[in-house]
Amino acid sequence: MTNSIKEIDGAKTIFVIGANTTNAHPVIGQRMRRAAQNGAILLVANPKEIDLVRVAHTFIQPKPGSDTALLMGMCRYILDKDLQDQAFIDEHCENFDEFKASLDAFTPEFVEEITGVPWEQVAKVAHTYATNKPAALFYAMGITQHSHGTDNVMAVANLALLTGNIGKESTGVNPLRGQNNVQGACDMGGLPNVYPGYQNVTIPENKAKFEKAWGKLMSDKVGLTHTEIFDAIYEGKVTALYMVGENPLLTEANAKHVREALENPDLFFVAQDIFLSETAQLADVVLPAASFAEKDGAITNTERRVQRIRKAIPPRGDSKPDWWITSQIAQKMGEHGFDFSAPSEIMDEIASVTPIYGGISHERIEEVGLQWPCRDENDPGTQYLHKGKFARPNGKGQFVPLEYKQSAEIVDAEYPLILTTDRSLYHYHSATMTRRVAGLEELDSNEWLKLSPADADQFGIEDGEWVEVYSRRGKVKVRAQVTDVCPTGVCSMTFHFHESPTNEITNPALDPVAKIPETKVTAVRVEKVS
Amino acid sequence: MTNQINFTIDGQEIVAQEGQNILDAALANDIYIPHLCHHPDLKPVGACRLCGVEIDGGHMTMSCLEPVREGIDVRTDSPVIYQARKIAIELLIADHHMDCLACAAAHDCDLLTVSAYMGVQPERLERLRKTERDLPIDTSNPFFQFDPNKCVICGICVRTCDEIVGLGALGFIDRGVSTVVGTFGNKPFVESVCESCGECVVRCPVGALAPKKPEFAAREVQTTCVYCGVGCGIYLGISGDEVVSVRADRERPTNEGSLCVKGRYGFNFINHPDRLTKPLIKKNGEFEEAEWDEALELIASKFAESKGEKFAALASAKCTLEENYLIQKFTRAVMGTNSVDHCARL
Repeated sequence: MTNSIKEIDGAKTIFVIGANTTNAHPVIGQRMRRAAQNGAILLVANPKEIDLVRVAHTFIQPKPGSDTALLMGMCRYILDKDLQDQAFIDEHCENFDEFKASLDAFTPEFVEEITGVPWEQVAKVAHTYATNKPAALFYAMGITQHSHGTDNVMAVANLALLTGNIGKESTGVNPLRGQNNVQGACDMGGLPNVYPGYQNVTIPENKAKFEKAWGKLMSDKVGLTHTEIFDAIYEGKVTALYMVGENPLLTEANAKHVREALENPDLFFVAQDIFLSETAQLADVVLPAASFAEKDGAITNTERRVQRIRKAIPPRGDSKPDWWITSQIAQKMGEHGFDFSAPSEIMDEIASVTPIYGGISHERIEEVGLQWPCRDENDPGTQYLHKGKFARPNGKGQFVPLEYKQSAEIVDAEYPLILTTDRSLYHYHSATMTRRVAGLEELDSNEWLKLSPADADQFGIEDGEWVEVYSRRGKVKVRAQVTDVCPTGVCSMTFHFHESPTNEITNPALDPVAKIPETKVTAVRVEKVS
Repeated sequence: MTNQINFTIDGQEIVAQEGQNILDAALANDIYIPHLCHHPDLKPVGACRLCGVEIDGGHMTMSCLEPVREGIDVRTDSPVIYQARKIAIELLIADHHMDCLACAAAHDCDLLTVSAYMGVQPERLERLRKTERDLPIDTSNPFFQFDPNKCVICGICVRTCDEIVGLGALGFIDRGVSTVVGTFGNKPFVESVCESCGECVVRCPVGALAPKKPEFAAREVQTTCVYCGVGCGIYLGISGDEVVSVRADRERPTNEGSLCVKGRYGFNFINHPDRLTKPLIKKNGEFEEAEWDEALELIASKFAESKGEKFAALASAKCTLEENYLIQKFTRAVMGTNSVDHCARL
């Protein structure tokens, strides 16, 4: 998030697109509902009628995969009505004319056709976002999990730049990050193209810096992404995998392919986890890890706040903290630079090589944490980004011209419905933790295919009955729930339940830049189980 | 900076902030005034009729609704106030189910506090024509239950769901002595829009909304929730070597005292018997338990055979910063490849 969670209270307009906040980020969802009660205008764009719609002032229902058209249509309306923040654009932005020219394609007729949203509703949302300021925009994986996810994010940024809703309190481009430390795993360089603090591995100075710090020679070649790793294992190019705390058999698109890869007999596969997950069962060695309650450390939330976790109880059995395990493997291999006695020592090393974490230490984050960038020990941290000037080399925000790209799979006679994935309030990701909490399992114990009454009628599906959902990659068996939440032509499933592994049928088509799979748009058909 | 207001409560000089009500100012200065329906997170409503005070010798007024004013003289007790409070509290207690020893709220019950302050005499309650209250307990939610026979109709739960959660799952049903708190259509909690966040449970001043399992912790440890990217501040309650409760951290800017159902109640996986407790090595297709040394030696020798582009690591968005840092350092510095990624895109 460019801005902070607490700033939701001060926003006059809150625009939530591609995020099911009350399910996936419930405490932020609570805050949005409170803000709406206290006078903020809440705008919701989502293919499904999510719970937040109950308190929204305006709800629009674009077709899955049509976000770029919707957002660029909003930009066009704002320019047509001269509602843009021209002073902000002139002073702080670049590439405006190229961007403006690319809006020619997004005529009202085109936007209506692609999104299925009447132009007057597009205009209403755009008008409010552009004029009732400060306006804060929030999105999640409904924007990113597309083969054109990067374009969607650029479209979001264009909208914020155009209206000057960035670099100020209670505004911003605010992606809601999923896992408790997904922001931190990215910050720490748990990505194939960057060292800690987003220092690119292909830049020679960065490589030299880390070679000096770590005393080893390193590769300047960008590594493989999540999806590519499984392709490489399948093809026999990667022969050893060290997997910590993940369960891709349930979470990766086209998960059947993940299973086929991990069953490659030439692979040496080490899984490190707190439970023997579906994926860990395929490992050669499984290492028992301590849970979050059994170890010390820090994690970074969606608003870049670095916060402590603390050891409250001893690790169960012979399980060990993950930092200890990785250090031991390195030391067994005869390596130096892994002889830490406590996570606080590791954090000190992080601060020494990661400029945006330069001022972070366990001592400084004892009570409420610090938000990065926090460059030195006197830096109070950063509540919101891009204040005064943008965090780019020339200080300018860059408009990006865009064109509409359709999803990799579109519906046809054989696969007439779009399947989109979402999350339950009661479970988390592959649910290895939440399904072991009896009460959560009681509140939500099985997968449902949600589909509209019209589609249920057309395909002869009764509420509650077992169906099979087919895509071009396979089928899953699941019970059907007929509900108005889904519009005609769109159905949805979560991916929490190993009994109905949704991601065995989702589309692994990747965004060319971010390499994110298109799990939000899969063409499917639904059949009764005979 | 708001203006300071100087006034007296029972002759004590008090400094309060402009806009503060008399009850909050008294409580902030460790002066107790009986109350049941007041909660610092919620707008005051003056429903319980217990917090009455006299200002400058005038008529009794509800201190939760009365803003502080410069120079006023507040009396928290007088024969008139005592009589009014006594009737109010006796009516509340008259049909209250009193199984205090077994009640989840026994250690922290506002009704007991008020009763103790007022010196309620059980024999006086006998003269009241009691209503027979034997309403069914709603146990439909797996984490908490609602016993309307213990409810004091303070409305804190109703206002919490409305003002804090923004949901409005609860309301008052019926009128007068028949009034109960309930969901829309008075259905069981799980059949309503309730999201099981438990915000009402933690604010209930009595034992009407109470956790099903006892949550009494011997000690607490401040930490951060394990689930989503909001990063709510929590305190884990520990008894022995087990986590028995989760309480929200009111000081953390991320959540300011709020939690969701997973954060508050989703901790039992920690003690689940499925937890891995020994390294496992697959031999002839079956996992066998091993000691750490054996597992680590095996991994070290196998990884040494797959250095460079033959190696890949998946870091974890559930692990700490320090752990992710080490995994990528290991991948880059020891294994000589940048093929480290995690589930950021999933």
